[in-house]
Amino acid sequence: MPHTAHAGTPASPLPAIRFDQVTKTYRGGLRALDGVSFDIQQGEFFGLLGPNGAGKTTLISVLAGLARASSGRVSVLGHDVVDDYAAARKALGIVPQELVFDPFFSVRETLRIQSGYFGVKHNDAWIDELLHELGLTDKAGANMRQLSGGMKRRVLVAQALVHRPPVIVLDEPTAGVDVELRQTLWHFIARLNKQGHTVLLTTHYLEEAEALCGRIAMLKTGRVVALDKTTALLSGMASTMLRFKTDDALPPAVAELARVTGRIAQVKAHDATEVEQLLATLRQAGVRIEDLEIGRADLEDVFLQIMGGEGSAGPGAKPPAEAAAATAQSLEAGA
Amino acid sequence: MNNTGFTLEGAGTLFYKELLRFWKVAFQTVAAPVLTAMMYLLIFGHVLEDRVQVFPGVGYTSFLVPGLVMMSVLQNAFANSASSLVQSKITGNLVFLLVTPLSHWAWYAAYVGASMVRGLAVGSGVFLVTVWFVPLHLAEPWWILIFAALGAGIMGSLGLVAGLWADKFDQMAAFQNFIIMPMTFLSGVFYSVQSLPGLWQVASQLNPFFYMIDGFRRGFFGHSDVSPWLSLSVVGTAFIVVAGLCLELLRRGYKLRA
Repeated sequence: MPHTAHAGTPASPLPAIRFDQVTKTYRGGLRALDGVSFDIQQGEFFGLLGPNGAGKTTLISVLAGLARASSGRVSVLGHDVVDDYAAARKALGIVPQELVFDPFFSVRETLRIQSGYFGVKHNDAWIDELLHELGLTDKAGANMRQLSGGMKRRVLVAQALVHRPPVIVLDEPTAGVDVELRQTLWHFIARLNKQGHTVLLTTHYLEEAEALCGRIAMLKTGRVVALDKTTALLSGMASTMLRFKTDDALPPAVAELARVTGRIAQVKAHDATEVEQLLATLRQAGVRIEDLEIGRADLEDVFLQIMGGEGSAGPGAKPPAEAAAATAQSLEAGA
Repeated sequence: MNNTGFTLEGAGTLFYKELLRFWKVAFQTVAAPVLTAMMYLLIFGHVLEDRVQVFPGVGYTSFLVPGLVMMSVLQNAFANSASSLVQSKITGNLVFLLVTPLSHWAWYAAYVGASMVRGLAVGSGVFLVTVWFVPLHLAEPWWILIFAALGAGIMGSLGLVAGLWADKFDQMAAFQNFIIMPMTFLSGVFYSVQSLPGLWQVASQLNPFFYMIDGFRRGFFGHSDVSPWLSLSVVGTAFIVVAGLCLELLRRGYKLRA
């Protein structure tokens, strides 16, 4: 059962997850994590973003006990993941990134066994509810090998939730799955979050993170380069985005500001005057444009701006310690 | 914090899961080894029954049965923990176990316990099938129980060590074929070490498997190559050493946790 209150209520002094100066250096010298520090409060829906190799999965592996930090500490609801690993792991439900399964067992056997590992016996009522919520009821007796990839992914989610953990960690749970599963999954996870479960999500689908996560941390080469409320990250960006299609080359003044994908160009602008100037420049250069749209910047724009900066974190970013302090202050203020 | 309650419950679940895993493929894990042992008995018994007498008054086929039973116990106890762990590692589903609160003691008890059950089940199968064809006595049955249990425990533990060490099936096959198989075959399953030349007698007596087989056979015939107490000392010490190594590797998360 959830340990605490709903998202949006004043923060508890005991964080759901605390990363404290976590470093991880693999044999061979690869430094996957470099002094990562931040807290995730109970009841939060928190996003962890970063490009491939940024350290997201390593950080989650340290949290789950799949890897050991070279230095620093990690705790779950106050339980250190090394010294008090049993209590920490009991509080965690991890949905792994890889689509793995045990081919010997049926879906129901898999869930009963996973439940038993956590000491939860006679759990069929909750298992039935999970099967129902994740659209697996008619597959309960099927062997894991007989399931499609999407169905196996649903079972992974059910396995993570079978012992009713107060803290749920989803490591790219929607990678390569269809729209229906995404909708089912997010509907269910959002409901659990409303009931008080803390959710930590890593995803490459930034629109998911923008829609779901109240706060976001961005990792780059093992360091936190941005940590703030999602709304604050978005408002830190130039708020207007000009999108259009063209077959012509953009004039240099526009090209250096634009993100071009095939025929589609996107250019940031701070306000209407800047939009007008950009259009004038394009007109003067003789660029023929189609399907012009003017919209708000989204999380993808924020992400690209932050990750694009060499060694700097971009406008939404703060140094890790400063970012953590700022977040702590905003939470203390009840924001 | 005391986590004993759910650790015990969790260990019980892992034990049950390991039993279920081999039982679901019982033709491969139980019936096939019984059949293999029967083939050994038929072929070696047929060829050697009238030519070899190892112990006074004991026919060769009768002599062979306890060795085959014990060999089946040892090989299947090893195979159970080794194959289960290495399969889970390679397919990646070990993650479901790694994220649980189970202690290294719980892992050890469950994996080795299930290996012992499989080893003893196959050994019992071989015994029950052969006892119809071959006259056998149970002269000192307590030795049978002690050495079967200790042998299965050692091999279940060794299987776990091999499963932790191996990163691919090829390494596991090498461990099984280049270490376990020769040590089993050269332990006196098919002969008495007394019949070997001096150097090979000494070599055999450095092989702990010899003491497992010899002590086990003592239970049937009341006769053995060395004292059963010496065998018990060697086998008991081997169990403590292998179990200790296994527990330490599990505690460290050797090749399990990066």
